[in-house]
Amino acid sequence: MMQSIPSVLTLRDVHKSFDGNVVLDGIDLSIQSGEVVVLVGPSGCGKSTLLRCVIGLEEIDSGEILLDGEVVSGRQRSQEARSRMGMVFQSYDLFPNMSVLDNVTLAPTLVRGIGKAEAEERARALLARVGLADKADARPSTLSGGQQQRVAICRALAMDPEVLLLDEVTAALDPEMVHEVLQVVLELADDGLTMLIVTHEMSFARAIADRVIMLDGGQVVEEGGADFFEAPRTERAKAFLSTFEFHRSGSRVRA
Amino acid sequence: MGAEFLFQGATIQRLLAGLGVTLRISLLSVGLSIPLGVLMGMLFMRRNPVLRAVLRVYLDFIRVMPQLVLLFLVFFGSATAFGLNFSGEVASVIVFTAWGAAELGDLVRAALESIPRSQYDSAFALGLTSRQTFLRVVLPQALRRLLPPSVNLVTRIIKTTSLCMLIGVVEVVRVGQQIIDFNRFDYPQSALWTYAVLALLYFVICWPLSLLSRWLEKRSSS
Repeated sequence: MMQSIPSVLTLRDVHKSFDGNVVLDGIDLSIQSGEVVVLVGPSGCGKSTLLRCVIGLEEIDSGEILLDGEVVSGRQRSQEARSRMGMVFQSYDLFPNMSVLDNVTLAPTLVRGIGKAEAEERARALLARVGLADKADARPSTLSGGQQQRVAICRALAMDPEVLLLDEVTAALDPEMVHEVLQVVLELADDGLTMLIVTHEMSFARAIADRVIMLDGGQVVEEGGADFFEAPRTERAKAFLSTFEFHRSGSRVRA
Repeated sequence: MGAEFLFQGATIQRLLAGLGVTLRISLLSVGLSIPLGVLMGMLFMRRNPVLRAVLRVYLDFIRVMPQLVLLFLVFFGSATAFGLNFSGEVASVIVFTAWGAAELGDLVRAALESIPRSQYDSAFALGLTSRQTFLRVVLPQALRRLLPPSVNLVTRIIKTTSLCMLIGVVEVVRVGQQIIDFNRFDYPQSALWTYAVLALLYFVICWPLSLLSRWLEKRSSS
């Protein structure tokens, strides 16, 4: 059944190394429309590099990246092809020289040629959706990390991306702000947005994932549904998941 | 008081004319430095190692040389070596443009380099072209960082043009000396009063710039 639905994003045997260090060692992956795929794995396993390759921030050494069946591969892809994917980064990276509203309307007006009034109306609707309607005219620097990250999500959504890539979007946030951001992402999933998510928040991953892919050493070591967290099949996945649990071995010595 | 000479004859007019020469040299040099400095800063960003090395050597050469030596080099040196007879003012504009462009080029480089890589990445991910990224994202941020030190550079240039009198340019300090010489016997205090007026003139020109720089700095850090 899965094969009958054309995939939005396909990776075929993608290889990438930095100065002789193999980071991605033959990745095959395909994401169907509306699917939410979560990438997990230990630090340095190539998750973030994979996202950067998908959006074209990094050249790939070999293999193919296809968007709607069309090869887009490297950094030199067309502006049009680039603008069909969105990415949200760990450090939000809003443009500090413009207001929240201008951050969100910049790409639609410049890249898509949408009129300013229409772009602003859409931007305000997006901001309202993430609970930031009253911050439209604020400067990004006056917002909390969680608010900035929600704006960054709006900025990416304003381009109506076919796939949204989220690269550890809560890793730089204080714990109390993690929830407000992940709640927004969960709502996007409910709305049927196709997403490829890198995260270390395991309970969030469990809640949102249609499919979980574990990377290690630049390769896919395990792939499964949300049951990945309950019943990992490989030893590496078990070992990885156990790093999120804490057990006390002995009893505490009382003073 | 012994300061009456300041209000006799054309003393004030002469001082103001001298100030005009000072400002003419400064503004011409600054005006020429801006496009050259921006060009230098952008060439620095090309990451071409040969180009970078050449620019670096130029910048360091201009920096370690006392401005006075540069003035002598251009004014006397080019006359003896190449038979080029620049007027004092032209030689001054050449030197201060060379200096201003070098310093401004380095400021532009620093301002452009201070924009984090991630700003380029976000713009790329949104589909902006590199030209759009530069004009809409990088340049406005770089300008904010660039303005305060650039205004400071302008005040440094204005003050340093006082050296031009040593190659025969009759700018404001030189005019002041002429006035002192002329009044030496009738007004023994003339040196004190004339230099006080010179200090006031420089203050009136440079202090607003200094305030502007501080205001820009405060604005860019908020």
